[in-house]
Amino acid sequence: MLAFILRRLFQSLLVMLAVALIAFAMFRFVGDPVNQLVSLDTPQEQVAQIRKSLGLDEPVVVQFARYIYNAVRLEFGVSYQFRLPVISLLGERAPATLELAFMSALFSLLVGIPMGVYTALRRDSWLAKLFQTVSLVGISLPTFLIGILLIYLFSVTLGWLPSFGRGEVVKIGNWWTTGLLTASGWKALILPSITLGLFQMTLIMRLVRAEMLEVLRTDYIKFARARGLKTRAIHFGHALKNTLVPVITIAGLQLGSIIAFAIITETVFQWPGMGLLFLKAVQQVDIPIMAAYLILISFLFVSINLIVDLLYAAVDPRLRATIGAH
Amino acid sequence: MTAQTPSSTPVAPSTKPPSLWARILDSDILASFLRSKVTMVAAVIVLLMFIGAAFSPWIAPTNPFDPATVFLSDANIPPAWQAGGDPKFIFGTDDQGRDLYSAILYGLRVSLIVGGLGVALAATIGITLGLLAGYLGGRVDSLIMRIADVQLTFPAILIALLIDGVVRGIFKGANREDTALYVLVISIGLSFWVQYARTIRGSTLVERNKDYVQAARLVGLPAPLIMLRHVLPNVIGPVLVILTINLALAVITEATLSFLGVGLPPTQPSLGTLISIGNRYLFSGDWWIVAFPGLTLAILVLAVNLLGDWLRDALNPRLR
Repeated sequence: MLAFILRRLFQSLLVMLAVALIAFAMFRFVGDPVNQLVSLDTPQEQVAQIRKSLGLDEPVVVQFARYIYNAVRLEFGVSYQFRLPVISLLGERAPATLELAFMSALFSLLVGIPMGVYTALRRDSWLAKLFQTVSLVGISLPTFLIGILLIYLFSVTLGWLPSFGRGEVVKIGNWWTTGLLTASGWKALILPSITLGLFQMTLIMRLVRAEMLEVLRTDYIKFARARGLKTRAIHFGHALKNTLVPVITIAGLQLGSIIAFAIITETVFQWPGMGLLFLKAVQQVDIPIMAAYLILISFLFVSINLIVDLLYAAVDPRLRATIGAH
Repeated sequence: MTAQTPSSTPVAPSTKPPSLWARILDSDILASFLRSKVTMVAAVIVLLMFIGAAFSPWIAPTNPFDPATVFLSDANIPPAWQAGGDPKFIFGTDDQGRDLYSAILYGLRVSLIVGGLGVALAATIGITLGLLAGYLGGRVDSLIMRIADVQLTFPAILIALLIDGVVRGIFKGANREDTALYVLVISIGLSFWVQYARTIRGSTLVERNKDYVQAARLVGLPAPLIMLRHVLPNVIGPVLVILTINLALAVITEATLSFLGVGLPPTQPSLGTLISIGNRYLFSGDWWIVAFPGLTLAILVLAVNLLGDWLRDALNPRLR
């Protein structure tokens, strides 16, 4: 077991190194950091001096090592557009994105799982068919289109909910800001959370439905029925419990993509989060922000993957056996 | 595996195998297609959209990108059935006076070209790497699958955004209109290959140990030949489903990138670009500029998804 954990940790480290290499390559070779800092009429000597002060005349390996060293200390350089340290820009916007991601994940689980269970148990009812259709529409409609639709309905036509921004936010501690403590903050969260969570919701619903149907046809369910257990106990005690393992895995793995997909939602709703910052960075080719965002997202995803894998090994005895055999 | 059916398998070894056409007519797949009305409607819609896209220069009433036929005085005209509408423009016009119906047909064409090429690139990369990983195993396998894992770190949209930014950083001087389409195809191709590779690798691992592969190896056939001629036909089945569903995903990805302003430029608009233009006029009440391209995109993706869903069920023997 220990060997397995160590190997997985090592693999995760390798992945992060590969990502850092990509980020470094972008940083170093795509947008020349110096060209962004000087104007056209800056004298050559001064350009050379800046180049030297940034350490850009040293061997690439040394530069890469320094890049990693800085990245570990969360120093990602200075944004070309804002002339501010990237990490403070990202940190300032992180709470908005995390709050949005959390709310939409919550929404997708709380709505998706019951819908999935229902459609699996009452396959032929009209409501199940409606859910199925809605889920197909949810998967087919691109995120930004859902956002536009919601804005048109609830902001432009009905005027119930705001179409952009976070509403009023409250500062907690040094850097965390939250919209969860004000009415306008909650109002502002509703549309973006639904927009961002709808796709995950349909995904979870379809997954729960498929898993439930699969489980319901297994022998131990038949056996439970034969033993005369109550249908309720079979469905929720036996079937749903076994369904939830893959569902929780997928939901965990989807967390990373929720944060990434927040780029779109944040653009539609002008939500002041990391995604909007990243998009502006892409439009302006602001490489330091792009590279930093890449590293942070990857770190998040690799960590989630690692945790899920380790949990699996801890939970599933079959997997443990194969690990031991290696 | 795909075209084989229970009814056609027990053929005596001496008789000739039935022709492809006969197998199609006899197949369960066709039967299940004819049984599902929704699927047939979806197929007709997809077909119509493909035709509309392919022949858009001949079908569209105007060429929305010919400056000689577009007049700014026609800007923001509502659809023909609304007050102030002009029968010349069925779906109304956009902010530059372009006929929306024509622009949608041209946009559909661009969207489908980008989506189709992107999926083709993704499938080619994925199938090749999946075969190599599954068949060769060992170092090659773990290297490719590691790359796939790293790749999974980035959702498609993020990769596409990154590639877009990087490429624009490299070609700072180059004309964006010339490169936008290729950038999109490459971004989509590089974002979606993992699923193919994983699927193909999984089934290749199973096939590799079967007798016919062992026999082929014993006879001394070279590995590439075994992979392409013997393993590939037996593992390609599930890819069909992924291809269909991925086409929908690729079209969405393209539209999203264009909507975010890093895809196709307004001079060469896809459906996403049209939606992004229309979004600016949502608050002034000119809903049609965003509604019709959006509806077209939604219907296209929905129809393709329905086809994919049906195909998956039809090919899955456990659900019959």
